[in-house]
Amino acid sequence: MAEILVLAEHDGETVKKVTVELVTLARRFGEPAVVWAGPGAEAAQARLAEYGAAKVYVAGDPVYDDYVVAPKAELLAELAVQKSPAAVLVANTAEGREVGGRLAVRTGWGILTDVVGLDDDITAEQVIFGGAINVSSKVRSGTPIIAVRPNAISPEPAAGEAAIEPVSITVSDAAKQAKITGRVVQQRGARPELTEASIVVSGGRGVGSADNMALIERLADLLGAAVGASRAVTDAGWYPHQFQVGQTGKTVSPQLYVAVGISGAIQHRAGMQTSKTIMVVNKDPEAPIFELADFGVVGDLFKVVPQLVEEIEKRSA
Amino acid sequence: MGCPYLRGLARTWQQRQGGRPPVMNIVVCVKQVPDTWSERTLRESDSTLDRDAADAVINELDEFAIEEGLRLAEAHGGEVTILSMGPDRATESIRKALSMGADKAVHLLDDALAGSDVLATSAALAAVLGQIGFDLVILGSESTDARTGLLPAMLSERLGVPQLSYASKVEIDGTSITINRLADYGYDTVVASLPAVVSVVEKINEPRYPSFKGIMAAKKKPVQTMTVSDIGIDASQVGLANAASEVLSFAKRPARQAGTIVTDDGDGGAKAAEFLAGRKFI
Repeated sequence: MAEILVLAEHDGETVKKVTVELVTLARRFGEPAVVWAGPGAEAAQARLAEYGAAKVYVAGDPVYDDYVVAPKAELLAELAVQKSPAAVLVANTAEGREVGGRLAVRTGWGILTDVVGLDDDITAEQVIFGGAINVSSKVRSGTPIIAVRPNAISPEPAAGEAAIEPVSITVSDAAKQAKITGRVVQQRGARPELTEASIVVSGGRGVGSADNMALIERLADLLGAAVGASRAVTDAGWYPHQFQVGQTGKTVSPQLYVAVGISGAIQHRAGMQTSKTIMVVNKDPEAPIFELADFGVVGDLFKVVPQLVEEIEKRSA
Repeated sequence: MGCPYLRGLARTWQQRQGGRPPVMNIVVCVKQVPDTWSERTLRESDSTLDRDAADAVINELDEFAIEEGLRLAEAHGGEVTILSMGPDRATESIRKALSMGADKAVHLLDDALAGSDVLATSAALAAVLGQIGFDLVILGSESTDARTGLLPAMLSERLGVPQLSYASKVEIDGTSITINRLADYGYDTVVASLPAVVSVVEKINEPRYPSFKGIMAAKKKPVQTMTVSDIGIDASQVGLANAASEVLSFAKRPARQAGTIVTDDGDGGAKAAEFLAGRKFI
């Protein structure tokens, strides 16, 4: 059976949820072989085995963390040529797409991004134009490189060996041109990552100030959710830019999306329209976000949300 | 990897800095896209973007790229060239970019390019960049139509220069360039040498509006048109027929089933909690 290469996203210890989603998906098309760039594969081996990874190609050199994506692309390109996989899967994250894009240039293979599902002959499903149109696409040149949207696939356990095979390539000087010299962490509490979270609570213009975002955080924490924000909020500086959900920010696809004080312009909807369940709190009954709502409350968020918080606390007490 | 003839560019600029006033050659890539406020669709005939169905505008993030190019040119001395690949109509977007203050433009205009995928687009743009030369290429981190976000990495790979993508801040000191690269956890500081490819996010600046003077001046600024044969690209490597992927079918996404909307009468929060409990979220 041909291998399906899966580029792991990890923080040096833990593998991200999207990677086990990709391994789950890969099982349908071949033998999942995870490509792990940088240290830490041993710590994640058990989890990869639990989801059915057959192999883990490990290049443990720290060089992969020291430079922007190019070394990872060289590693993946090398393995892609050596192993003749049936497909290469990457996460549809900034880094996953960039590595996939470089691989496409090196090999001439076609790449499809923001894929939400794969059919039998590696036909990809995509949702475009802010959620307005479903598209079915296929790579017709070389081996398909597929960037899969996080949270689009449900991870399902299946026993695998996850046998570690060390690999070593010489990373070229050309790939070592953009050096990472510092890492600034702006964490906002111990919350799940936005694109990986099963629940996202987002605040919009209606929240009114940076201080009031604490109310959104409070609700998010009770639900074990990630916090998101609309463009109005990040542009105003009420919340850091990396939490922006929408066209120029993150695309999320959680089980539950709670939109608070967000009117729902197309640019925001583009980032959350494929959420499974959507709940809305907004004082304007005409707000377009209500068109997406499975449940909506027309009302003052400063009354509705505190009451919701209180009710959740009561139920969990 | 990359194009050997580009390797000398940074050195050239450094030498120029020594004598005459430095002129940094900044190229900003601009894409004309359908306005996201319009209803966007694909054409039934060939499943490509229906460009006539919607108003056309500069891709929003590219406006931030233009602004950053202008600011860097103002701060360090330099010339800003707009590079756009697209049909005739893209002239409107090119003129707008010039009216913001860019010096000149190159319009890659050829019917053979219609329907090109991002692989072919990156090859064509890299070929133009190789010909016109650059110290810095700036572009938006993704376009609002295809949203692949692949072009910055692909250009960097093709040109063999550093990839400085998702920049929320850019600083140049001589031939050294430092950016803040946005990440899920905050940002990374990334350092490289020119020439380089930079892609920007909207946090980086606030794009200026064209002034009346700028709009008038833009009409006289040079726009050079290039075709695929001018840049040494074989027409059989670009365009829809030669794309590495194809759209098999598309359909309007069914509207979501109408949900339950309640008006808060003092119990809106409680009702929301009931809904969440019913769906087992709490």
